[in-house]
Amino acid sequence: MTTVDVGAEQRSSFGTLAHGLKVAPEFRKGLRTTLLLALLSTAGRVVVPLAVQQTIDHGLSKTTPDLPLVRLACGLALLAVVVTAVANFFMNVRLYRTTEDGLLALRSRAFRRVHDLSVLHQAAERRGSLVSRVTGDVDTISTFMQFGGLLIVVSVAQVVLASALMMWWSWQLTLAVYVCMLPLALSLRVFQKRLQVAYSTVRTRIGELLGAISESVVGAPVIRAYGAQARTAQRIDDAVTSTREAQTRAQRISATTFCSGELTTALANSAVIGLGVLLATHGQLTVGRLIGFLFLVTLFVQPVQIATEVLNEAQNAIAGMRRVLGVLDTPTDIADPAPGLVLPEGPVSVTFDHVSFAYVPGKDVLHDVDLTLAAQTRVAVVGETGSGKTTFAKLLTRLMDPTQGRVLLSGLPLAQLSFASLRQRVVMVPQDGFLFDTTVAGNVRYGKPGASDDDIELAFTELGLLDWLETLPDGIFSAVGERGESLSVGERQLVAIARAYVADPDLLVLDEATSAVDPATEVRLARALDSLTRGRTTLTIAHRLSTAEAADEVLVVDKGIVVQRGPHASLVGTPGVYADLHASWVAQSR
Amino acid sequence: MTTPSRTPRQVIWRGLWILWLSVKEEPRIFAISAVGSALFGGMTIAQAYVFGHITGDVIEPAIKRGDATTSSLLGAALLVMGVATLKVFGILGRRLGAGIMQYRLQATYRKRVTRRYLELPLEWHQQHPTGELLSNANSDVEATWYPIAPFPFAVGVVFMLIGTLTLLFFTDPVLAIVGSVIFPAIAVLTVVYSSKMSPLMTRAQQLRGEVSTIAHESFDGALVVKTLGREQLETDRFTAKSRELRDTLVQVGRVRGLFDPIMEALPVVGVLLVLVVGTSRVGSGHLDSATLVRVAYLFTLLAFPVRAIGWVLNELPRSVVGYDRVLRVLEAEGSQVFGTATADASGPVALDTRDVSFAYGEDQVLHSVSFDVAPGRTVAVVGPTGSGKSTLASLLVRLVDPLSGVVEYDGTDVSAFAPGQLATVAALAPQTTFLFDDTVRGNVTLGADISDEQVWAALRVAQAEGFVAALPKSLDTVVGERGTTLSGGQRQRLALARAVARNPRLLVLDDATSSVDPSVEQRILAGLRGSATASTVVVVAYRRATISLADEVVFVDEGRLVDRGSHEELRERCAGYRDLVTAYERAEAERIAEHAGDEKETVR
Repeated sequence: MTTVDVGAEQRSSFGTLAHGLKVAPEFRKGLRTTLLLALLSTAGRVVVPLAVQQTIDHGLSKTTPDLPLVRLACGLALLAVVVTAVANFFMNVRLYRTTEDGLLALRSRAFRRVHDLSVLHQAAERRGSLVSRVTGDVDTISTFMQFGGLLIVVSVAQVVLASALMMWWSWQLTLAVYVCMLPLALSLRVFQKRLQVAYSTVRTRIGELLGAISESVVGAPVIRAYGAQARTAQRIDDAVTSTREAQTRAQRISATTFCSGELTTALANSAVIGLGVLLATHGQLTVGRLIGFLFLVTLFVQPVQIATEVLNEAQNAIAGMRRVLGVLDTPTDIADPAPGLVLPEGPVSVTFDHVSFAYVPGKDVLHDVDLTLAAQTRVAVVGETGSGKTTFAKLLTRLMDPTQGRVLLSGLPLAQLSFASLRQRVVMVPQDGFLFDTTVAGNVRYGKPGASDDDIELAFTELGLLDWLETLPDGIFSAVGERGESLSVGERQLVAIARAYVADPDLLVLDEATSAVDPATEVRLARALDSLTRGRTTLTIAHRLSTAEAADEVLVVDKGIVVQRGPHASLVGTPGVYADLHASWVAQSR
Repeated sequence: MTTPSRTPRQVIWRGLWILWLSVKEEPRIFAISAVGSALFGGMTIAQAYVFGHITGDVIEPAIKRGDATTSSLLGAALLVMGVATLKVFGILGRRLGAGIMQYRLQATYRKRVTRRYLELPLEWHQQHPTGELLSNANSDVEATWYPIAPFPFAVGVVFMLIGTLTLLFFTDPVLAIVGSVIFPAIAVLTVVYSSKMSPLMTRAQQLRGEVSTIAHESFDGALVVKTLGREQLETDRFTAKSRELRDTLVQVGRVRGLFDPIMEALPVVGVLLVLVVGTSRVGSGHLDSATLVRVAYLFTLLAFPVRAIGWVLNELPRSVVGYDRVLRVLEAEGSQVFGTATADASGPVALDTRDVSFAYGEDQVLHSVSFDVAPGRTVAVVGPTGSGKSTLASLLVRLVDPLSGVVEYDGTDVSAFAPGQLATVAALAPQTTFLFDDTVRGNVTLGADISDEQVWAALRVAQAEGFVAALPKSLDTVVGERGTTLSGGQRQRLALARAVARNPRLLVLDDATSSVDPSVEQRILAGLRGSATASTVVVVAYRRATISLADEVVFVDEGRLVDRGSHEELRERCAGYRDLVTAYERAEAERIAEHAGDEKETVR
């Protein structure tokens, strides 16, 4: 199994961005034009201070107001506003299109990659986090790019433009404004760190809250059966309360930051008034410019006030990007060979060539398995839980590669077979007969996408399951519910077998595929599969030994070693692991 | 999932009603934040007045004189700082108040919704997908109270607007007309904006959910996807839905691109109008330049807050949808009705089941099932896959109530017991195991007063003592979703220990050892036989060893009780039962016969 911690690699923030642009070139399409439009779209914001300054200095400076001049100035300003608005429109449209195209590509590629990683089926508990790589993480990036990210670009442009105008009017006052802003700018980092801690606490608490709520929903039967309502309610209440406290705390820090921005602006305004009047009385500044300055200072407020929040958003987005790219950067441990070999038509034989497998180095789960199973035989693999039976099936279907040795199908190395050929000819039915949230027919068709309703009906008939099908409300059109949960565990397994059956493989691997089915149905199913599997190779893993009794050959696995091999009739008479297993089975089932 | 369909106008009214509800729920906090917001609004207007005052009374005279007095400058600075300080208090009151209000409402409704989850019967749970219930308690509650964040702000802004326009009329009627055109225009535009935007945002949110559902399902079924080689099919399915999301968001960008610039340009146009109109008013002697500066500045200051009204309106549709969903949980009918009977008898229960029927919607799964179990006896319920056994097991411990018929313990209808009483009498070990995110001890006791010795004894019976003792922290090891990973068989044994630990007077085992190895199961059954003397036991089973534990067998098929009696009796007279329990033997016998036939043929 891969031990790669998906997305663990740490790149710097800029490194991550650069890498993201490389992985999804869609992001770069027309990026420069979009940025240019963004710059242009801030131009409208300095129009007002400029118009105010012109009006005061030139329009109202004489005893009679110069109306035509004011009209001209305001008319030009209006023109600038219109140009700005148009630029703004195109910038938005382009921004959304490019970012969403890039994210779509990223999302789709990451999704595919996750399916190619064996971590997905090896470590079920990691699934939730993998889902968030292609959903929440991408959504975070999307939101940031269209709001926070845009705000950063626009704010920077706004501050630069305002500063340029201020410098032109008075370098002394500009300096004063910057000095007033300095303490806040320097402390932003501190605020942002505190806010980041607070927000991450909120996220942790919400995670715990969701866990507690999910227990009350998923564990509903147990809670009722054991009267554990009060205890569950208490756990939820605690989680709800600590979530609320964390949220309130984060809100307090955010509000404080916002207010310090407000006070800083007032400070800057006072400085501008004080220093400005002194400069004006010495003839170094016009009244209009002084007033214009006060209008310009407001352009500094918003960027400063939102800076901490946006920096947080940016960090979250970069972290999200890092996680998504982490998925794409993780090499697939079980890769589709290119160009792969194609398994020749006809029955499939299986060879294990000194195969060992270990999850942890040095601890073999399977040890030096060396055997050949002839084509068209029915093989049963038996052994206690933890003996390595399932590992056997996973190696055979190339869900994992051996640590040592190799597996061959019809003499061809498994690792060199193309996935397309392999998956078409070799099908495994796992114990957990997972069903998709659609109808019985929809699930069976998953095994053979072109299958007609009649084909599906026929499959159930051939498997001797028509009786069961008739107990369903809508036959093959009955909905199976989320994960198939409208059906009983045993019924799900029946659908899973039908699904594998329509796929018509040449090598069928059944891993405890009927463990929850009643004995009569199981025997019937076994017999049906039996007559139908003549001509194909079947490998069945079961802890019910009825399968072994019916098999052509039995492999007995004990502590990772194939200890016995042969037909049931000869093994059962020989003292050994199989005889013991069988005795225990007979004691239980007769 | 059906939600009442409403016209946009109805949505707004409903949304406003939800806002009113929030005020009723948290009147004090709302008052604080509204006062804060009003203070903010007042100080914003004051700020413009201070600017006008400073322009006219400080800056202009000083420049005319060519000399500024330190005191007037200091006074001006103090005035600016003073107003800003008051404004900050307003902001703090408004923002903190709004935050506290929003989070409190979220907390309150989360508690109410989850409390309802615990009260509603299991049938209700079975009719609602897990994902839906999770989002009801989480994102729907959140969405309901989203508009609360900008709500006090918007309330303050409304007062600020009224104040501004009133003052403007007293200052200069002509400028007031400019104001009463521009500000309502911004407000109206915000509403139009939100009415265009909110369906798109709702759609985007819904699509995000659908994208996530596909990812969840696809990754959950990874083994099936992989073993059938359907990765590309799944990727295509996921990409198609993601593309819908992309298309919707691109549309969002278009609407935003259209409205955002207008929203931004409107106040600027307002200021420019003020300058042009104001200059001519100055010319005609109706206005002085200081007042012009004040009005222009006021327009600049107001441009942003006016949008708060739009933020609230923007969130209303989402809030209405969220509240509808939350309400469906809060108003869901069908709590189990409890009586007042207490369960203070001791010793094994006399179980009586009379004419019990049950249906999942239209699909009737049990038809008039009757049987009784004498105290201390063990009964096995046997039947084919899908015959209704698990449903019967859940009826016996009143996880669900029958459509008709009764279940009685010692002659008392189970529905007559007071809440919590049944759990002291009966315990069910279900087919699928659920472990809480808790320690081994917590999972076994589930909060009941059970000593460690008793826990260990139960673990011993369930054959779980060995692996629990080997866990890093023994009884204190956290298991469940975020804890140590246990195998299916180990989980099942813990669930069994949970049932055994409370020495129930009625023990119901629903195929509770299906994931356990035969040899381990044998030991578990031996342990139960030794310890369950004080219990009445009902066991759902296929395996002969489990059946042999029973004094009597009840055979069900297609939801009907077909026959009952000892294993031998049923085997004699009940064909369905015989088919089921002797399936393996017959299969073997047939094989041997076939084999013999083959041999005869070869001999011949």
